[in-house]
Amino acid sequence: MRAGLQRFARNRMALFGACILAIVGLLTVLSPLLYPAGAFVLVGPPLQQPFGRFLLGTDVLGRDVAAGVVEGARTSLLIGISAAVSAVLFGAVVGAMAGYYRGTVDIVLMRVTEFFQTIPAFLLAMLLVVILSPSVFSVIIAIAAVSWPGIARLVRGEFVSLGGREFILASVGLGANAPRIIFRHLLPNCLSSIVAVGSLLVATAILLETGLAFLGLGDPNVMSWGLQISAGRVSLRSAWWVCTFPGIAILLTVLAINLVGDGLNEALNPRLRER
Amino acid sequence: MSETILDICNLTIGLPKGADRASAVADLNLTLRAGEVTCLIGESGSGKSLVARAVLGLLPVPRVRVTGGQILFEGEDIVRADPRALARIRGARIGMIFQEPMTALNPLHSIGQQIEEVFRIHTRLGRAERRDRVVQLLADVHLPEPARIARSFPHQLSCGQRQRAMIAMALALDPKLLIADEPTTALDVTTQAQILHLISELQRSHGTAVLFITHDFGVVADIADHVAVLQRGELVESGTRAAVLDAPRHPYTQALIAAVPKLLVPHRPKQFFGPTMLESIDARKAYQARGLFGRGRATVALDGVSVTLRRGETLGLVGESGSGKSTLARAMTRLLTIDSGDIVLDGDDITRIPARLMRPHRQKIQMIFQDPYASLDPRQRVADIIAEGPIIHGTAPAVALMRARELLGLVGLDPSAADRYPHEFSGGQRQRIGIARALALNPKVLVADEPVSALDVSVQAQVLELLAEIKTKLQLSMLFVTHDLRVALQICDRIAVMRHGVIVELDETANIYAAPRHPYTKALFDAVPGAAWSHAMANAAQ
Repeated sequence: MRAGLQRFARNRMALFGACILAIVGLLTVLSPLLYPAGAFVLVGPPLQQPFGRFLLGTDVLGRDVAAGVVEGARTSLLIGISAAVSAVLFGAVVGAMAGYYRGTVDIVLMRVTEFFQTIPAFLLAMLLVVILSPSVFSVIIAIAAVSWPGIARLVRGEFVSLGGREFILASVGLGANAPRIIFRHLLPNCLSSIVAVGSLLVATAILLETGLAFLGLGDPNVMSWGLQISAGRVSLRSAWWVCTFPGIAILLTVLAINLVGDGLNEALNPRLRER
Repeated sequence: MSETILDICNLTIGLPKGADRASAVADLNLTLRAGEVTCLIGESGSGKSLVARAVLGLLPVPRVRVTGGQILFEGEDIVRADPRALARIRGARIGMIFQEPMTALNPLHSIGQQIEEVFRIHTRLGRAERRDRVVQLLADVHLPEPARIARSFPHQLSCGQRQRAMIAMALALDPKLLIADEPTTALDVTTQAQILHLISELQRSHGTAVLFITHDFGVVADIADHVAVLQRGELVESGTRAAVLDAPRHPYTQALIAAVPKLLVPHRPKQFFGPTMLESIDARKAYQARGLFGRGRATVALDGVSVTLRRGETLGLVGESGSGKSTLARAMTRLLTIDSGDIVLDGDDITRIPARLMRPHRQKIQMIFQDPYASLDPRQRVADIIAEGPIIHGTAPAVALMRARELLGLVGLDPSAADRYPHEFSGGQRQRIGIARALALNPKVLVADEPVSALDVSVQAQVLELLAEIKTKLQLSMLFVTHDLRVALQICDRIAVMRHGVIVELDETANIYAAPRHPYTKALFDAVPGAAWSHAMANAAQ
């Protein structure tokens, strides 16, 4: 793992992504200090030009766009990371069970996984949010529910290929039970692939969240980038800045996460490393 | 003296920074003449395969490249030739055969198409003419029904047939030089003997110069005219076969030859063995092939095998791939279940008891695996690997870790190895770690599945010695699975010869050696590479 991080540090694009992410993270932490009043407060006249009194201008209602971007970063990261982590945990458990026990367990779990994969992800997420009523929690659940199948298939594949290896047989020969083999030997050996794919999942989750918020399915009481764009779209021709700055924030964050994810993938994945 | 085909002068191949040495091959001089086989022999990491790749212009540049010297092929310097000129030479005037015929052939094209491709690239022959030449070539390498083989895909052929097809492809345009990189290492001994015979027959009839890369002195004895010995990138000795094999001058060559297992039974005092420790009674196992529609044909791996291992005894299980020897070893350690029959360990029938109740029995029987790279968990420290067994069986972790360090000493490793990870060790050292792990539970029976077949000969000898020593010291019984009769003769008290899931002959080692009864056993003895040379060596030693 340490050697992997060293390889990661040598990848310039990945480091660039990590820097952007660090800045976004910093803004999230500093948002209560920068904008103590919050993003929903009316601070001045509506539709003010950017780079004047307000750094990024104001929207139709006279809310500070910069405050929204900073607070939206918190929402996006919170939802992106929690949804990705839940998806990874759930997917890993399903994949591990299928890959370790094989047979009927495998067949049943994989058919369920494929069932989830055949439904268009965004529609399913919308449906879930509508059923659960829009809130941060239900958005996380919805995004996790559509993201886990990929992880499950990945972990299953790794388990199947590792399962026949002699060191696993050796553990069986020593008398190790299933949890020991799964948690001591199999999972640590596919951790790097999980980390690499899981990090990319964060980016997808942020995009999904933005989409949901844009359609008005996000938590109405929490400022997010999708909500900002949704609010700004009516005035897009007269006030370009309301939509543009949250859009740039989404672009940079997702790009940064993808760069970091690719970097991790290259650094931790032994099959790519040999090239 | 015949015409010089390949002249390697002061060849130096540089390695990237951070490698274990500055150059993979340093100042190598080698001359190949028409109609002669030159064997380049060396252990893993000696740089022998890189020499072959350099001659073909196939080094993984820019990381590894020729930094000095010349490779003159018929007077033309390959090192400085431009890629297009090189492509005209490769395949047409230099043929090549690789170690693993399955991966060297494209699985999606038929054998005929792949050989035809050579003609399409290098000649202007018409379609029908190409077809005829392909069938002729396949007949030349003694493949049965060449027309049918030409239509087959690689996976439909056996390993030996694939290697024959590879040879046909390499010789398609009657090259001046044939490069063979360990072409028989992945094959069974009987197939290996046939392929070696084929190569030397074709080479003599075509007058080809052959660069034959191998690690096996037995193969060298069978096929070489000239021998060149490579040690860590340096040519330490070269000369005619007789000169190098019978009177090696360099200490490294001497050590290598001394480490080659001899085809004879070492003298052992008559021993009396205790009661039966491990027994299989009429064990049967079939692997069900699953086709697209329902069940396919079953492969029978064990067909009524009965064998006993007595206390203090080493029983050899010898056979070629697919003989069922590994299946039997795994069935006897209950790593897989058999379809019918019984496995009795120390008086208890362990055939069908559930995994949970199996645990106490696991202490008594431990396995050593073939591949030292795959049998250790890469994410665990050596101490944790060795201590795992005792910890599972309820020993306090601190005690188990202490004991792991002692065991490292027992298998000849430094106790400081305990805190390192498996990838920091060489193949032989890893195999020692595997042995320490097996010993950690104080087993009564050791099952060793090809424990030395992935190791270099010099390391092989050390590991075998260690196994024999530990077995005597701890009074263990051992089931020793191997494909190499020479190794089995060295270490086993009795030998069981397996073929197609059946034991065809089972007898005391000395009897089997002196008078093999079953024709298959005789065939195995005949196929041992360098058998004649080994006999001569053995007689000289006595």
